[in-house]
Amino acid sequence: MNTNRRILGHIYMGAFLAYLMIPLFVMAGAAFNDSKLPTVIPWKGFTDRWFIDLWNDNRIWGALGNTLLVALAVVAIAVPVGTAGAILVNSISGRVRSILYGMMVAPILIPGVVIGISTLLFWNQFSVGSGLHLSVLGQVSYIASFVMLLVLARLQSFDQGLEEAALDLGATHAQVMRRILLPHLYPALGAGAAISFFQSIENFNVTLFTRGGADTLTVYVFSKVRSGITPSINALALIMILITLSAAIWYEINRRRKAKIEAARESEARRAEALEM
Amino acid sequence: MHDLFRRYGMGLTYTFVGLTAFWLLVLVILPDFKLLEASFRPYLPIVDVGGPKDTYSFNNYMQIFGNEVDFNSFGLHFEIPARIKVFVLTIFYSAVVTLVTFLLAYPLCFYLAKVASNRSLPTLFLLLFVPLWVSEVLRSFAWYIILTLKGPLNAFLMAIGAIEKEIRWVEGYSPVVITLVYAYVLFMVFPLYNAMQSLDNNQLEAAEDLGAPWWKIHWRIVLPHSKPGIASGAVMVFMLSAGSLLVPAIINSTTGNWFTQTIQGIMMEGQDWNAGAAFAFMLLLFCTVAVTVAMRVFRVKLSDIAK
Repeated sequence: MNTNRRILGHIYMGAFLAYLMIPLFVMAGAAFNDSKLPTVIPWKGFTDRWFIDLWNDNRIWGALGNTLLVALAVVAIAVPVGTAGAILVNSISGRVRSILYGMMVAPILIPGVVIGISTLLFWNQFSVGSGLHLSVLGQVSYIASFVMLLVLARLQSFDQGLEEAALDLGATHAQVMRRILLPHLYPALGAGAAISFFQSIENFNVTLFTRGGADTLTVYVFSKVRSGITPSINALALIMILITLSAAIWYEINRRRKAKIEAARESEARRAEALEM
Repeated sequence: MHDLFRRYGMGLTYTFVGLTAFWLLVLVILPDFKLLEASFRPYLPIVDVGGPKDTYSFNNYMQIFGNEVDFNSFGLHFEIPARIKVFVLTIFYSAVVTLVTFLLAYPLCFYLAKVASNRSLPTLFLLLFVPLWVSEVLRSFAWYIILTLKGPLNAFLMAIGAIEKEIRWVEGYSPVVITLVYAYVLFMVFPLYNAMQSLDNNQLEAAEDLGAPWWKIHWRIVLPHSKPGIASGAVMVFMLSAGSLLVPAIINSTTGNWFTQTIQGIMMEGQDWNAGAAFAFMLLLFCTVAVTVAMRVFRVKLSDIAK
């Protein structure tokens, strides 16, 4: 690899990151511009009125509440359902397994529009009207797939001998589940819950068709963009970016600290080993 | 199965089976069957449902025909039903999005996998992940701001003297493609990076030592090795683009309609759920065929894509 191409690589990486970030900065900048339309140019002076507008917008708080409610319900259903699916798929083999696996993965690839409309029609025949409850069911149908994949990956590293041992020692089935299998799965369950939560907040397609009259945050922002938009949406965007960003940074700092502790422990162990020799 | 009974007993096993059945039957399969069934039935006032007029037919599907419009691009010129045109163009431009994301992601992934130092990787990935944490509606909205006539993009291009007059970006399909590329490029980056990362550096060095030019190294070694990554990235990006409703609806280019917008119009403005079902089913059918073909061509399995 010659140096010229290496430098070209660094430049491309920088350009790509700029490409990813600049739109976000433009959006954040528009939140402070004293202009009726959301834009950064012409710059009409600094203002905080869009944040005050946002604070006074009751519909947005309702939408936020709905979004969180739906997300929690999705987590509560998708995590157990996806976990059950993973345990089931993990315990069988052969053709049945690949068919079942295919059926569990396929919902990820089904367009959200299709999921939304089919959920609406299916429940409507039982006189279950549209509303956020249908949004929850529609979202679970594909979000459970993510949980299934995460749990299945974790199950690959599970030593089934532990369960055998527990059973031999007289543990009940429930104890095997609670004391051995679930603790092993905790990291995957946690990651699954987090992904379900964020996927649900993000969801637009399924929610749009099933929501009835209720607003969620994405649907609300969408309707705002279509009908007379003000920069208070930008204020909301900036707040959301800052929240996710600080969560990400917190996670990264945590990860690095853990890695450091791990490395320190390892070198300690190596030193101890060397001493014993 | 037998194994499950032994490990977790009757009660827990039936719970697992029950939960899975609820998911796959009640949430996935039966609704899709209902979608298919409803798509063949006419749209009737509530009193006529189940009556003599409620018979199966292909009428809903036939609605894709009619309303002929000019098709005048790519050097071709003929009459085509408006909705078929939208359908074809949606697929075509989703393919364009997929290709562009691949071209953007390829050098980046090679850099991440083979050039960047191991120490800087976590930070780079953290930065790459940032846009993914920002919701799609806001990312599309950012481009809506950027692309407006008096927006920052035109101002920037005029300031550096690249253009004389403002360009009307929000016209035709290009603004939709631009925004979709931005929204989904990372879904190409991660699988592609995973594939390239497993390539042995020795292979690259051997090729270099034997005098292969750089493009040949990529064409004969890196590209074939990354095929599974390309396949899963391409399937993901294509599906997300073809099924996207949010991006085209927010960009709202009147001459750049997406097929999902057609479906939404039928469902919400027309309130004709049965025709909506027919069109949604067409989209589902097309997507299924497209994924199957892609998997055959690239010889990858569903489990590879799911990663």
